[in-house]
Amino acid sequence: MSPLTWIFLLPLLGALVILLIPGNFRPVIRLVALLSTLASMGVAIAMFALFASFQQGGQAFKFEQTVAWAPSLGIVYHVGVDGLNAGLILMGAVVAFAAVCVSHSIKTREKEFYILLLTMSGGILGAFASLNLFFFYFLHELALVPTFIMIGVWGKGDRKNYATYQITLYLSLGALLALLGLIGVYLQLPAAQRTFELPQIIEYFHTHRMNIGAQRVIFPLLLFGFGILVSLWPFHTWAPLGYGSAPAGTAMVHAGVLKKFGLYGLIRIALPIMPDEAQRWAVALMILSLGNIIYGGLVAMRQRNLNLLLGNSSVAHVGFAFLGIASLSVIGITGAEVVMVAHGFLAALTFAISGYLHEQTGTLDMDRMGGLLRRLPFIGTVGVMAMMAGCGLPGFAGFPGEVLALFGSWSRSEFMTGFAVWGALVIAGVYMTRAIRSIFHGEKEWPHVIDANWWRKTPFVLLLTGLLVFGCFPRLLTDGIEASALPIVSMTAGSMHAAKAPPPPRSKRGAAQ
Amino acid sequence: MNLNLIAPEIAVIGLAMVILLVDLWIPPAARARLGYLAIAGLLVILGLSFIPSVESSGVIGFSGMFCADGLALFFKRFFLIAAIGVIVMGMDFASQIAMGIAEFYVLVLIALSGMMFAAGVNDLILAFVALELISVTFYVLVSFQRARLSSLEAGVKYLILSAMSAAILVFGIALVFGTAGTTNFGDLNQLSNQLILNKAFWLGLLLIMVGLAFKISAFPMQIWAPDVYQGAPTPVTAFLAIGSKAAGFALILRILFIAFPLIAARWNNILIYTAAITILYGNLCAIPQRSLKRLMGYSSISNAGYLLLGIAAVSASGSAAVLYYLSGYLATLAAVFIVICVVAKESDDISVFAGLHRRSPVLGACLALAMVSLAGIPPLAGFLGKFLLLRAVIERGFANPAYLWLAGIAVVGVVISLYYYFGVVRAIYWQDAPAEAAPIHFSTPMKALLGLSVAGMFYLGICPGGLYDLSVSAVKSLRF
Repeated sequence: MSPLTWIFLLPLLGALVILLIPGNFRPVIRLVALLSTLASMGVAIAMFALFASFQQGGQAFKFEQTVAWAPSLGIVYHVGVDGLNAGLILMGAVVAFAAVCVSHSIKTREKEFYILLLTMSGGILGAFASLNLFFFYFLHELALVPTFIMIGVWGKGDRKNYATYQITLYLSLGALLALLGLIGVYLQLPAAQRTFELPQIIEYFHTHRMNIGAQRVIFPLLLFGFGILVSLWPFHTWAPLGYGSAPAGTAMVHAGVLKKFGLYGLIRIALPIMPDEAQRWAVALMILSLGNIIYGGLVAMRQRNLNLLLGNSSVAHVGFAFLGIASLSVIGITGAEVVMVAHGFLAALTFAISGYLHEQTGTLDMDRMGGLLRRLPFIGTVGVMAMMAGCGLPGFAGFPGEVLALFGSWSRSEFMTGFAVWGALVIAGVYMTRAIRSIFHGEKEWPHVIDANWWRKTPFVLLLTGLLVFGCFPRLLTDGIEASALPIVSMTAGSMHAAKAPPPPRSKRGAAQ
Repeated sequence: MNLNLIAPEIAVIGLAMVILLVDLWIPPAARARLGYLAIAGLLVILGLSFIPSVESSGVIGFSGMFCADGLALFFKRFFLIAAIGVIVMGMDFASQIAMGIAEFYVLVLIALSGMMFAAGVNDLILAFVALELISVTFYVLVSFQRARLSSLEAGVKYLILSAMSAAILVFGIALVFGTAGTTNFGDLNQLSNQLILNKAFWLGLLLIMVGLAFKISAFPMQIWAPDVYQGAPTPVTAFLAIGSKAAGFALILRILFIAFPLIAARWNNILIYTAAITILYGNLCAIPQRSLKRLMGYSSISNAGYLLLGIAAVSASGSAAVLYYLSGYLATLAAVFIVICVVAKESDDISVFAGLHRRSPVLGACLALAMVSLAGIPPLAGFLGKFLLLRAVIERGFANPAYLWLAGIAVVGVVISLYYYFGVVRAIYWQDAPAEAAPIHFSTPMKALLGLSVAGMFYLGICPGGLYDLSVSAVKSLRF
């Protein structure tokens, strides 16, 4: 069995085991959840290390496994990794374990909580590993119901009910639009060759270009379907409120891991098989991504609630990933992928911190916080580092990602890139530093607040390590991504609209490090 | 005459007669247990249906009126399973029926035989007879709780509207017979080239479809469903929602794609509009509902709309998707109505289900799973059903853009439906239980049935291969 299968099956099996444990055996339930995600993370780290070590191998995907599932429908269980998803799977497994760690603060109905959290985490890890479009969609959708119930039952804030419905309806609309698009792709294959197998689909459309009429229908479906899932402006309103109301563990997995699904889908599926429309929509996507970066950033500046600020800043951050994708260049897509991994760690880390602060202070209102750094040396330091990472400080993984994405977009439009830089450096800098000031600095005394003990430090250390390792050694990610992004870009570059955009220069290693 | 063709139907009627007779000799207290006899009998008939037929001399018999092809066999097994479920629920429900529980079982069996005849119809006259057999038994079944006013009201509404739809159907059959001179599907198929321009014939066929729309509760004959679903005894509602609807679809498949395939291909726009309006009507009207059974009535309208997607696609994959969706719907509705049966003894307001997860975690989880399946979310049966239906519709969409719009409307319908289905999930998981609510206990057969239906939802949602291949081979006798 492929290690990829274990990575996503372990959390799901953990959920199954917890289902059989009576609800009052709380330590046992938590132990099972911790062990299953820890094991999954261990396998994921080993997988990533091995993947990085034999990247020179010939075939496109590593650790492949196929099992016939429903052959008459073209459904095959097929997992495999290349540069595009190896980092995401590693990040997802780490975040899942960290989310289980911080869910220590859940004190009611733990059994249900952990079943839902593990289902959601296992599902999305499986979706990233899957190379069959059916399972890709199917496993991602496992998260929808857990999200709804978790925000509803364990969520916080007075707009909780509204938030549950908003996030559920938006996410299902996005997912269904994407489903229509995926079915459309499947039906574009000739009847005898119809399959949901992604490598075969890409291979087919590489040699037989999809006709333009079909691309015109399918590409927008995928773009906006996946876009809604990633809170593409102007369909982003579900994200800040939903994350603001969710319990910390849910927000970590959702903002960190699930949100990357749509971006991954765009890069993996939409770009290589519909290169002409990808070229046609590139500028529009660029403008929308500016909406994310600038509008999301400006809204974040106005927030006084920490979770809403983080939610809006996560909207702004995915803008860079969109920007990189819209550049349709190797450097831009590499940047988008690095942003995805970096933002996964970052979003999980910031929501973990806000969860800790909420648990300790009972509030998320930044006007009522202040002076917390004195009582919380560890959490405070991690918080300051996370917020600095959020402004794109070099040394953290966000920096190489954003820089590469901006380099990519420069070749397409200097003007818009200028706006994006402004959004990245100025706006993010303003709201993040202001947040640091009002939360951690100041005179306020917090006699009852206590810092994390060694055990509760674990998730923060893990996530911060991820940010720092990939921030200092981005080649761990970029080498693999570049190899996988190259064929995608070469397909889009060959399209009929491509004449306008010359292939961008490819000397970006120095800048990335 | 080839009695082998209708052996299962004869066996079901025979079983009904046996129960009627046994009822005369056993004490009243033991009568509810006659259900075990009925279930055992149906299980034997179901098992026998898997033995390959000894007689293979032609599948059409009775002067071409009845046929026993793969499609008929698929639906017969489907109805047998549905009836077993309904009788299990009926046994649990017996305490709420003043008298005549044995007659209840018998009526269910007779309705079942009507559905099984409908599965193999090859003639418009037999179609009408089968439909009436179903309808007349349901008149009685819907108003079976004679002491409850709402049950009687539902019975009267069902009687009047069903009779009206039957009249429309007969009028349609008369027009078709008047123009074509025959009611046999095979002959009609031969004649459809000549009839294709005849207005009276078109009107007749249209009226037949309207009459059948009543059975499946599709636009323009959907208005009865919420009232009747709410008023009828819960097991009967379940049988209406699944058995009667599936019988309607069996007839529609046969009439459109065996008797008039040429015309069905020309009617795709009518079918598209009907499906779209039905989906939107059902979903939008379900939003404000507070009674779960009434909600299921509207949900059943919207599901009729989804099923019509498969019919509107006018293709083999569409019809196969209809069969698959119905199977998933059977498992899902069984779970829903078992929980309603057990929990909502007096009132079926959604508030009765508030905090259900505390009173009975199993029932709460099963109802929540069933709602999620109805909403079409993986890994449950409803998702694969909708997936296959959408696939069939989009398949046609590259030739006719109206199909793409239809797929879009279906998606909008699904998103709307999440709102009310998740409202039930919300009640179960984060609303507080009424103060007087006690833990809930229920009988072993119900537990077994609930377990089977949940297993069915998961099986059909995760492993589509087996049943899909079966559905594809079942629709081989249809022509497109």
